[in-house]
Amino acid sequence: MYPNEVELQWSVLIVLYPFITGLVAGAFILASLERVFRVQAVKPTYRLALLTALAFLLVAPLPLQLHLGHPERSLEMYLTPHRSSAMAMFGFVYLWYLMGVLLLEIWLDYRREIVMLSQTTSGALRFVYRVLALGSSNVSERSLRIDERLGYFITLIGIPSAFLLHGYVGFIFGSVKANPWWSSPLMPIVFVFSAMVSGIAAVMLLYMLTTRLRGQQIDMRCLDTIARYLLYTFIIDFSLEMLDLLQRIYEADESFRSLDFMVHSRLWISQVIVQILLGTVTPIALLGLMQILKFSDVARKRVYALAGCLTMIGIFAMRWNVVIGGQLFSKSFLGYTTYKMAFATREGLLTAIALMILPLVILWVLVKLLPPWPESASLPGSSSLPGSGAVPVPRTS
Amino acid sequence: MEITRRRLLVLLPGAAVAWKFVLAGTPEAAPNYKLTEHWWAMLIDIPKCIGCGSCVRACAEENDVPEGYFRTWIERYHVADWKIERPEVESPDGGKNGFPPHADDGGKNFFVPKLCNQCADSPCTQVCPVGATFITPDGVVLVDKSYCLGCRYCIQACPYGCRFLNPKTNTAEKCTLCYHRIIKGLTTACCEVCPTGARQLADLKNPKDPIHEFLRTHTVQVLKPHMATGAKVFYNGMDGSVR
Repeated sequence: MYPNEVELQWSVLIVLYPFITGLVAGAFILASLERVFRVQAVKPTYRLALLTALAFLLVAPLPLQLHLGHPERSLEMYLTPHRSSAMAMFGFVYLWYLMGVLLLEIWLDYRREIVMLSQTTSGALRFVYRVLALGSSNVSERSLRIDERLGYFITLIGIPSAFLLHGYVGFIFGSVKANPWWSSPLMPIVFVFSAMVSGIAAVMLLYMLTTRLRGQQIDMRCLDTIARYLLYTFIIDFSLEMLDLLQRIYEADESFRSLDFMVHSRLWISQVIVQILLGTVTPIALLGLMQILKFSDVARKRVYALAGCLTMIGIFAMRWNVVIGGQLFSKSFLGYTTYKMAFATREGLLTAIALMILPLVILWVLVKLLPPWPESASLPGSSSLPGSGAVPVPRTS
Repeated sequence: MEITRRRLLVLLPGAAVAWKFVLAGTPEAAPNYKLTEHWWAMLIDIPKCIGCGSCVRACAEENDVPEGYFRTWIERYHVADWKIERPEVESPDGGKNGFPPHADDGGKNFFVPKLCNQCADSPCTQVCPVGATFITPDGVVLVDKSYCLGCRYCIQACPYGCRFLNPKTNTAEKCTLCYHRIIKGLTTACCEVCPTGARQLADLKNPKDPIHEFLRTHTVQVLKPHMATGAKVFYNGMDGSVR
């Protein structure tokens, strides 16, 4: 292999980047199911999905920042972006999604509660809610209707934006013509569908976990619906990946022998065993089984939890195999290198674990500040909150 | 001259500009060098390369290349009979200290020096998110290390494996075609020390450069032409097994 290729350039942190943005995009798409496509059954997860998307989106730039050789220069991507670079667009795509879509939608959806809470709480919490209210205090019927209409419009824009956010990540890899493992026009589409799969699975698991922790009953109609959507998107995602694989095997171009050997050796466990068998075929089979046969609620919950966990592992393995797998072989197609993950370094395992825990901590704070639960209607002074399930505000189309 | 408030206001901006130049230091002297009159390239004459490693050593010394990384390196190819698609390639320490003898099994052996191809349509320039990698008007791809983020996208984008992250500066690095030398009328360090003339710096815009005659009379190729990078390192006598 070329001697400079011995060292791997993109570490586990770059594996986290598509994994995290995928969760963001997927969670948002799930939220939009209720808002735009009127899938009422998933309503209990609407706000949780939005907060999950925000928690992960806030962490998304951190692995990139930690990976840079000169993190102090990262703002140059905003100030002097190189227009021909796919990567230069990251900052703008990210900012658009954060400021133009997600924060705005969450704020509009929670505005009434925030205003109420800024009036009913005291001390530091009151200050926090007053800041979050951004000076707004009007909770008249008319203003809430405007919120609703605007929120719907933003979700409409948000769907292609979520596709852009993650499709763009796929493009970063798919457009590298020097790397046959990455270079594929299918890459952005595969990334979008795998994002939906991981986001839906993550929100499903979080919904089950948080409902259980709060001692509440899981809404089985909601869970069944989410699981069904997970199955549909997973089948599309898997079909696309298999199509890509089939094309590669049948074409068998100059890189094939090298890549084929890599899959049968260094990536055998992470790709064939973990990603395909354990993380894709098994959850699809489990979810499919739930559609065909009748099972009790308890059994379904357990199977959904298992399928959700396997899905998360499978999608993480997919990101790993794309990012790390794409650097294990030489561009001369002669020779391979290995990835030795460090432990307690800037780009080590410990940092990666911390970065995966951080969104959950942020989500916990967000949930405490802005409870997404249907019964949050019982908040002081908010007996009929919109979107809380108590008195639904009529949604405009 | 009496310094009035009005004069001071007029003089201050001028003084600031002058001070900026003082701080910037004296540019290296490159008398009469006009960027637009050159278009740099390199010719590698494979049959002439003896794999001595002088070029790798000279490059490392001239450019302070960190140990274990290479702006240029030499590969030894061994092709057994008809197995042109499966050559054996080795490059121990980039060929810096030459190569051990190879067992003669009837195949062919030859050396291929590698370096940045100074592509006219370089993927590394295209993908750099801040434009720290750029192509000069005289056709050399350079990295501004005071601007590079160290994101390493360029390293991924280079089809030839020519780039690395300098562990000292944490910025991307590659062959500069000894830009600091060629703008002063010198040749590159690797060409300077090559004992057989296997490497030759070429100026494609200079009609008197012998490269033109060479290109007319020899069968030359570039590496991975299907990548359409506009590579400007030309290889004479390159076997089809080279990648």
